[in-house]
Amino acid sequence: MPLVPITWLREHVDVPAGTTPDQLAADLVRVGLEEETIHRAGVTGPLVVGRVLEVAGEPQKNGKTINWCQVDVGPEHGAEGGAPRGIVCGADNFSAGDSVVVALPGAVLPGDFAISARKTYGHISDGMICSARELGLGEDHEGIIVLSDPPAPGTDAIELLGLGEEVLEINVTPDRGYCFAMRGIAREYAHSTGATFTDPALSTQVPEFMVDAFAVTVHDERPVHGVGGCDRFVARIVRDIDPTAQTPGWMATRLRQAGMRPISLVVDITNYVMLDLGQPIHAYDLDTLATPIVVRRARTGEQLTTLDDVRRTLDAEDLLITDSAGGPAARILGLAGVMGGAETEVSASTTAVLVEAAHFDPVSVARTARRHKLPSEAAKRFERGVDPALPPVAAQRVVDLLTELAGGVAEEAATDLDRTKPPAPIELDADLPGRLAGVDYTAEEVAETLRSLGATVTQVEVPEGGRRALRAPHLRVVPPSWRPDLTVPADLVEEVVRLRGYDQVPSVLPTAPPGGRGLTLPQRRRRAVAQALAEAGLVQVLTYPFIAPSRHDELGLPEGDDRRRTVHLANPLSDAQPAMRTSVLDSLVDAAVRNIGRGMTDLGIYEIGAVTRPDGGAHLSPLPPLGVQPADEILAQVREAVPDQPVLVAGILAGNRVPPGVLSTARAADYADAIELAQLVAQRAGAPLQVAAETDRAPWHPGRCARLTVADGTVAGYAGELAPKVTQALGLPARTVAFEVDLDVLLAAAPTEPTQYRPVSTFPAAKEDIALVVPAEVPAAELLATVREAGGELAEEVRLFDAYSSESLGEGRKSLAFSLRMRAPDRTLTAADTAAVREAVVRLAAQRFGAELRS
Amino acid sequence: MSTSDHPDHPDQPDVPSPTDSGAVGAALEAGLQAVAAASSLDELKAARIAHTGDKSPLALANRAIGTLEPSQKATAGKLVGQSRGRLNQALAARQTELEAERDAQVLQTEAVDVTIPADRRRPGARHPLDTLMEEVADFFTGMGWEIAEGPEVEHEWFNFDALNFGPDHPARQMQDTFFVAPGGPAASPEHLVLRTHTSPVQARALLERDLPVYIACPGKVFRTDELDATHTPVFHQVEGLAVDRGLTMAHLRGVLDHFARTMFGPEAKTRLRPSFFPFTEPSAEMDLWFPAKKGGPGWIEWGGCGMVNPNVLRACGIDPEEYSGFAFGMGIERTLMLRHGIEDMHDIIEGDIRFSMEGAR
Repeated sequence: MPLVPITWLREHVDVPAGTTPDQLAADLVRVGLEEETIHRAGVTGPLVVGRVLEVAGEPQKNGKTINWCQVDVGPEHGAEGGAPRGIVCGADNFSAGDSVVVALPGAVLPGDFAISARKTYGHISDGMICSARELGLGEDHEGIIVLSDPPAPGTDAIELLGLGEEVLEINVTPDRGYCFAMRGIAREYAHSTGATFTDPALSTQVPEFMVDAFAVTVHDERPVHGVGGCDRFVARIVRDIDPTAQTPGWMATRLRQAGMRPISLVVDITNYVMLDLGQPIHAYDLDTLATPIVVRRARTGEQLTTLDDVRRTLDAEDLLITDSAGGPAARILGLAGVMGGAETEVSASTTAVLVEAAHFDPVSVARTARRHKLPSEAAKRFERGVDPALPPVAAQRVVDLLTELAGGVAEEAATDLDRTKPPAPIELDADLPGRLAGVDYTAEEVAETLRSLGATVTQVEVPEGGRRALRAPHLRVVPPSWRPDLTVPADLVEEVVRLRGYDQVPSVLPTAPPGGRGLTLPQRRRRAVAQALAEAGLVQVLTYPFIAPSRHDELGLPEGDDRRRTVHLANPLSDAQPAMRTSVLDSLVDAAVRNIGRGMTDLGIYEIGAVTRPDGGAHLSPLPPLGVQPADEILAQVREAVPDQPVLVAGILAGNRVPPGVLSTARAADYADAIELAQLVAQRAGAPLQVAAETDRAPWHPGRCARLTVADGTVAGYAGELAPKVTQALGLPARTVAFEVDLDVLLAAAPTEPTQYRPVSTFPAAKEDIALVVPAEVPAAELLATVREAGGELAEEVRLFDAYSSESLGEGRKSLAFSLRMRAPDRTLTAADTAAVREAVVRLAAQRFGAELRS
Repeated sequence: MSTSDHPDHPDQPDVPSPTDSGAVGAALEAGLQAVAAASSLDELKAARIAHTGDKSPLALANRAIGTLEPSQKATAGKLVGQSRGRLNQALAARQTELEAERDAQVLQTEAVDVTIPADRRRPGARHPLDTLMEEVADFFTGMGWEIAEGPEVEHEWFNFDALNFGPDHPARQMQDTFFVAPGGPAASPEHLVLRTHTSPVQARALLERDLPVYIACPGKVFRTDELDATHTPVFHQVEGLAVDRGLTMAHLRGVLDHFARTMFGPEAKTRLRPSFFPFTEPSAEMDLWFPAKKGGPGWIEWGGCGMVNPNVLRACGIDPEEYSGFAFGMGIERTLMLRHGIEDMHDIIEGDIRFSMEGAR
């Protein structure tokens, strides 16, 4: 994001002396330019200009040659009596008479590199001659910096190179492309502080252009969204450029401060003008071009080597700059607005250039930059919107600088292919900003604020019958050319509120209309579930929903199991975990393993979260356009394309459920704990569960797994002990137990009408124990249900209190004993009543399971 | 046991004459002494039998009254009766005393060390992020708002287009979106993403509910950030949305200030800075004045907000000429970290039970 050297900003706006980057940041944030960071000075201590007086090459035993130099660093910084300093230097891209940058003892360079006088190669080296890299000015380590146009020896080089200036870096939101330049930032600074702003684009004299001065044609066969890819193309020609001319120090300094590396004078000038005005510019070596230049879309399969030396295969949507070497529009010069090609790049021998300053469709540039992963400086600006009025101005600035700094001669003939349209006017009710902000702006304030932005504002008559004809003056606002983001009234509202200050907006608490119903019943029940599990001794955790598909192998899910039908991410954080979990246990097991690994071996954890359960069917998935309500059937398709995401509750217990203690005997967590907790979940959710044996459900133990169903038979989940192979594969302790219940199923099954309470009978209770001998394979739950059924209304409570098997009962038989508490609503039960219940129980149990009353 | 062995039951009891006040007094005195001397309930029982039982001197004297002359009966009756009364009173009093002593003794022997940890049941705990989300939801329902929900794997239209993010809008790139790969084991359709914010719930709520709408949506969101001390690819936001006639930015500020004070105390306040979000205009970043900030009070970035963009209202079939609204969103993790002095995101997301257990102490 843009860096803002105050010294540069001051060219366009009156920044008071002594303004610090922190103050600048505070001023800019008020109008919405946020501070990213402040780059502090990287070099401290004496860093001065030195003139090399003498260079003596001294071959060393290791084959290297070092240079023993005498360097004049001025009277103040010199050795005794202002004498030159002796410095050893390994580089040899300089000679006597050159001016260089010298770090004297006491200086500290980037990376905390402290300079001191030291003995080396038989000399006392009294400082260091610096390269760009050593000063943190770039990666250029080819040699030391040789200053062009040098000031006197001893001059402070920190100031000269701009190393001392602390530079603010700001964040620019996508709607404000014009702030990717000093011009725009200066304007915003003026808005924030009221300082005087001078638009640099208005102070440049632009000549009359002739459309056909240099043959350029735009032939866009495939506009994106019907918008032409290039609506303006300015071409200027400058000849007789001195290829040896160097970038002046002030310009190199500013480029560095703005985060760009000086490269060569021509390139530096184009970059400088871009940073200053915001217009990306490309310079071609004129002698390599063949007219006409044609702007066109790529043909599928065409290739281009871009300036970064990458060979790229182009897409039919890429907009290209081509010339006619080898036939009309045959040779590709570059990706329009993104990056130039290597072939026509300006070089060290270039003496004539063609300067391109164009305006490209933001969408087309953005797509090309994204497609080729080329977020270039040019693309960054074009995709956010560049002022379409800038190309001739920016081109002229480049021409002027080439003339001034490189002795170039501009051709008078110039091309301006201009198909831009003026910004469309926006109709604005003058009271709209105030109505949305809750601030009473007058119509004059609104108009004045928009004018300060650069817009032209006129008051217009509203035809009779207009909706707001009588309420407020009606304004016609033509936004300035550099604000393509302003297209609708809401955009203007934001500008008015922003420039008049967000701090003007008062704080008023609105009153929601009566009718709020608090949390819904399912929301309350979900909370109750979360709370109950914590109170039952489990610890709630949250895990990431990303899993490896192999997790389902570890959990032992069979091929074809619905839970293997995972949604995959195109760009997962880790290639190893591209899938979304289909059950909470998928990821909860990781938390269990981590905790046990950290020593919490008696563990009970739970998680409540959504999982992704696609139905695997084919779904239409339209992407309706912006800003209009889609038709019902389209909206229905959009909704149905989204996979089911039920909320599940899962828990894992390992180690002791009851810890050993003075007052308690340790008890390991077992399958029944898992079932009990699942039932607790169900009870809090409001839908009781039926328990049945399940012999084939991964990841559970086939002999220790309960299938849990709601009243209508829908499976809500499973609970029990994990299968030995699963615990082994996951690294969990043997006999780890787990439950997982679908909260959505429970909540759907839970009655929503209020519970109806029955009167409590105060007649005395009669108690009766009944032990039944049944075949061993009869499930206890079924026998219990049978006892309850037979007990009927009188059996107030039935509990299974004993299970027992022995040889005396007979082979394959077991005894289950139930205690009944019986009571009638209207009388005291007699012995005959209780005997009748006992007989009914035994009869029904005998009929269903061959049960006998145990004698 | 032979009665002859018992000292209080001599074979030939010395029957005091009911008219002999000296003899009756002596019997009474002997009884009172025996009661006073009884040091246990058993001894007291023996004393009772000896001095008030059928064969006790006073009982015998009482019986002898019947043999007296009628003229002597009244005096003798009064003498013996009063003596027996006094002795019974003394017995009852001593009985109460000795019972109290015995009860105290029993309780003492039953004493245990109540400081032995009573931790037969292992404690559990909620995750603080989840309880914070409940607190946030309670704040909004307390204002009469409702809590809305939406899916985490979301359609691009809801996550972006309905919120005025055009397909080529740079903002669509600035959010680091997880995209669902079409096809795969689930035959996933195109245009699915992991929601990058809770804002798609805005569109869902506006399409499904009747106006006016005042809703909040706490929920999980996803961005392609690597996990570090302050970032996590999976995190939580709370979205607020109000659409009604006549709502202004002033109302937005009012809600934010009230929310800030509820979460961070009466000194908290908010500041708005101009910003950009496609689904709001005007848009603002919201800073929180946090008095308890480490290193001294100061402003902290808390979330984004703004007036609902007319295009969003239109996408949901609402006339922006008639209705206006505001929306805001802030990070729950950030709120949790600020409020509870949590320094490292890892602690929140790793599922280490020691973290959640802090809140159960």
